[in-house]
Amino acid sequence: MKALEVADVSISYNGSLAIDKVSFDVNEGDLLGIVGPNGAGKTTLFRAILGLQGYTGVIRLFGYEAKKYYPLLPLIGYVSQKVNFEPNFPATVSEVVAMGLLSEKKLDKISTLLQKNGYSWNRVYSKLDKNSEKVLEALKTVNLDSLKDRRIGQLSGGELQRVFIAKALVKDPILMILDEPVTGVDVDTQTKFYNVIKKINEENKITIVWSSHDLEAIAKLANRVACMNRQLFFHGQKEEFFSNKDLLKTYTESAMQMHMHHH
Amino acid sequence: MVLEIFGYAFMQKGLIAGAAIAVICSLMGTFLVLRRYSLFGDALSHMAFGGISVGLFTGVYPLWTAYVVSILGALGMTKLRKSTKISGDAAIAVLLVSGFGVGVLLISATGGFSVDLFSFLFGSILLISNEDTMLILAISAGVITSLVVLRKPLLHFTFDEEQAKVGGLNVDRLNYVFVIIAGVTVITSMRLVGILLISALIVLPNITSMLFGKGFKHTVLISMSIAIFSVVFGIVLSYYLDLAPSGTIVMLSVAILVGTLTAKYLGVIGKTPILKTI
Repeated sequence: MKALEVADVSISYNGSLAIDKVSFDVNEGDLLGIVGPNGAGKTTLFRAILGLQGYTGVIRLFGYEAKKYYPLLPLIGYVSQKVNFEPNFPATVSEVVAMGLLSEKKLDKISTLLQKNGYSWNRVYSKLDKNSEKVLEALKTVNLDSLKDRRIGQLSGGELQRVFIAKALVKDPILMILDEPVTGVDVDTQTKFYNVIKKINEENKITIVWSSHDLEAIAKLANRVACMNRQLFFHGQKEEFFSNKDLLKTYTESAMQMHMHHH
Repeated sequence: MVLEIFGYAFMQKGLIAGAAIAVICSLMGTFLVLRRYSLFGDALSHMAFGGISVGLFTGVYPLWTAYVVSILGALGMTKLRKSTKISGDAAIAVLLVSGFGVGVLLISATGGFSVDLFSFLFGSILLISNEDTMLILAISAGVITSLVVLRKPLLHFTFDEEQAKVGGLNVDRLNYVFVIIAGVTVITSMRLVGILLISALIVLPNITSMLFGKGFKHTVLISMSIAIFSVVFGIVLSYYLDLAPSGTIVMLSVAILVGTLTAKYLGVIGKTPILKTI
């Protein structure tokens, strides 16, 4: 079954095309790594999928057209590149994760819509009775249960990203979109984060779309790869991408150029 | 002798209404301060000044015109901010001066400053009638209920508007509802400290409680306690010292903030020293 279908999606931004006729499918259970230089339009594409950005073309979520079935949008867990929040915001880690909870009413609506199209929904946290249990279990999944009463502003960058994963996780999403989630953290923290990604993909059976510059990590974790720069250059099995030397070379060069350009 | 003042009916009314106002201001203030809308209360109350002058000019009960004018003004500002990308602080300035400008204009046309107007500017909690007390209590109950019902969406929306949207919240609608509740809170609270000091009740207890380094629930409870203490103790103190209640309440809140900052600086409260948090 297809979790996400992107068909002929174009997005223009101040008169120029940020995304040019991009099409690809994501199957249930996939861990799709999206690579592409900075400014390739990955974030813009994600925002379109999440209903935060207008587009032409069709985006289907779990068989429904996303524009018409916005009640399904909350079923996507989204962790953005950077979360701008007030560093002194008076909320504990548990309180932040609890913000991700959906009401019973919304869960029922989503559940009915999914059943209608024959999708299975693996409910890990939302089936628990108490909200506090749901939050605690989600925090255990990302190995942060020991910090549950810590104030959010006291965490490190890597810990924060795991809190936001837990916040996205607590509503049992079918699809998770991670937008360069570990930019600018140390290697040890990255490894911890990648273990979490692997775990929620395998154990929680969550389909993951993940953009990253870390080709090594993508080679290790993803089963499928998409490569884009405004247009989609490649979409297919990971092995195919990494054995195609020309493609890899072009990608690395363009990424390097963009990198130099930015500095 | 201390208990004697609680026997006066005007004091009882003042204390009860004052405590209710303390609660709604501190609750609403938490969201306003965190959304960087600290001066929104000021803008609303200046708009209310315009509203009051419309009432005095036309002979309609000034409080009603104050509600209508400031809520309309606040909704207009929200719309203005959304569609023209005028920054938040500038939009607040526009609201503030246009409200006050209308007020000054109409008051000069009505025949100058009156006692009524003075009580709106500086508060008159000890002069309120039974009807006023009942009105304040009823509106406070409404504000508290709305905020309790909306606490989860409001918190998410305050923390990260975009994520709240992705989580399925109708952010635009919530924003309008929020502005209306803020407007009602401010106009109702004007009776306590007056138009010119309303921000004190919204901002001071909240920034004080945020220094304690606790989670959201505890921060709200601490802020509410500080607000109630300042209002009740401020009214009692002002009676004995023969001072204006509004000024006493505000300066008491300032003193609590300064005391907390000092305690934090010395490392008595909070896990992190102040130099790190500011």
